[in-house]
Amino acid sequence: MNPLARLGQATLGSLAAVGRVTIFAWDTLTHLLRPPIYLREVMISLFQIGWLSLPVVGLTAVFTGGALALQIYAGGARFNAEAVVPQIVAIGMVRELGPVLVGLMIAARVTSSIAAEIATMKVTEQIDALTTLSTNPMKYLTLPRVLAATLVVPALVAVGDVIGIFGGYAVATGTLGFNPATYIRNTVDFLELSDIVSSLIKGAVFGFIASLMGCYFGMHSGRGAQGVGKATKGSVEAAAVLILAANFVLTGIFFSV
Amino acid sequence: MISLRDVHKAFGENQVLRGVDLEIPLGTSTVIIGGSGTGKSVMLKAVLGLVAPDRGKITLDGEDVTKADRDAFLARFGMLFQGGALFDSLTVWQNVAFRLLRGSLKRPKSEARKVALEKLRRVGLTADVADRYPAELSGGMQKRVGLARAIAAEPEIIFFDEPTTGLDPIMAGVINDLIREIVTEMGATAMTITHDMTSVRAIADNVAMLHGGRIRWTGPVDDMDRCDDPYVDQFIHGRAEGPIEAIR
Repeated sequence: MNPLARLGQATLGSLAAVGRVTIFAWDTLTHLLRPPIYLREVMISLFQIGWLSLPVVGLTAVFTGGALALQIYAGGARFNAEAVVPQIVAIGMVRELGPVLVGLMIAARVTSSIAAEIATMKVTEQIDALTTLSTNPMKYLTLPRVLAATLVVPALVAVGDVIGIFGGYAVATGTLGFNPATYIRNTVDFLELSDIVSSLIKGAVFGFIASLMGCYFGMHSGRGAQGVGKATKGSVEAAAVLILAANFVLTGIFFSV
Repeated sequence: MISLRDVHKAFGENQVLRGVDLEIPLGTSTVIIGGSGTGKSVMLKAVLGLVAPDRGKITLDGEDVTKADRDAFLARFGMLFQGGALFDSLTVWQNVAFRLLRGSLKRPKSEARKVALEKLRRVGLTADVADRYPAELSGGMQKRVGLARAIAAEPEIIFFDEPTTGLDPIMAGVINDLIREIVTEMGATAMTITHDMTSVRAIADNVAMLHGGRIRWTGPVDDMDRCDDPYVDQFIHGRAEGPIEAIR
């Protein structure tokens, strides 16, 4: 096959994949308007995605906040701007690192888990069994996970933001000689409501993307253990890339001047 | 009556069904036999709407299954899957009562559990398995739970996909007897896919052989041994030599 034909085939394949994901997302969203909504499944997903992700989110945020404080202090020292550590840690965590790191952690932890679980259900005919038991798999498996992730990831982002700022605070006051009260006052004074709102909106979008990719790849997995493995790998790759791309777009929308 | 007319289905280049014509009278037990990969499961899934045929028509009591109200249509069916297809995250009784805990057949939880325990008893399982998870059960027990789930809502039509595959001969005999009893007792229509000739003789009123994507032969089970079709003869006697090519 000549290179031009190969390029054309790859382009068509990519566009078809975008189309399939878009239809899948639309189908998921329309189930929101069509009862029943399985609240028990939503609650289970809220617990699994939200509560059980807290440790990894907290640890990621605290270390990132601490490292950020050290970097800003060292970098700022080159032009006598060490004092900006509280403000930059706050803005860096809330606007960018908090949502992105939580999104990526959710992609690693939740997307992979959803994709593997649903793909295994497909391979073992559990999805077919759901249908024969008059239960729509999109309604029973996809919607609760997507809904729960969209609702709970913003909360995780908020927690991550706070813990990340605390990490910076702990390092700055513990080793860099900052006054605790001044550090907190500078953080609070500098942050604006729009920073926090943008952080939470990013969280909702990233939660939607991460769960949707898990469900999509799980539902479209191939056969056998290899199919499950491919679905899991593909879901995490797609979720991570889409989260970073969405972050770029959202940052542009919220903060472009 | 379940009727399949000129049903075709391909997966990519692989043409699985090439014009299946079959009628399954209500209240009878029909067993579909045929080699591996001949499309028996695809045919069964096409009736349930899990696989969309490329061509042809499938009707239930004269109504096109693709145009039927999906919930009402599926409520008439129960299915035992080859591997059981039990939901790992639910306990045994919740699996059995799945249909009774949600949707149009929803009942109070206590009542649904009572029905589940009764169906488990019907398939020879005691109440102590009810709160276990499927992974804690043996293969034979999982099949029985799958069978209990298939009959939990007392469907009119029950499909069995290779119900005895992977079971030892004694457990296979137990499952065969259960299927026969349940079908007779409930007056249900049964459609079973199997390669196991012992199962065929135990379960079937009628037999249909699928080969080359078409129904090769169909008739009462008593006529099967007297059938002069060389394909059926080779298959039911398990001969390596004959018109059906065996890959060695």
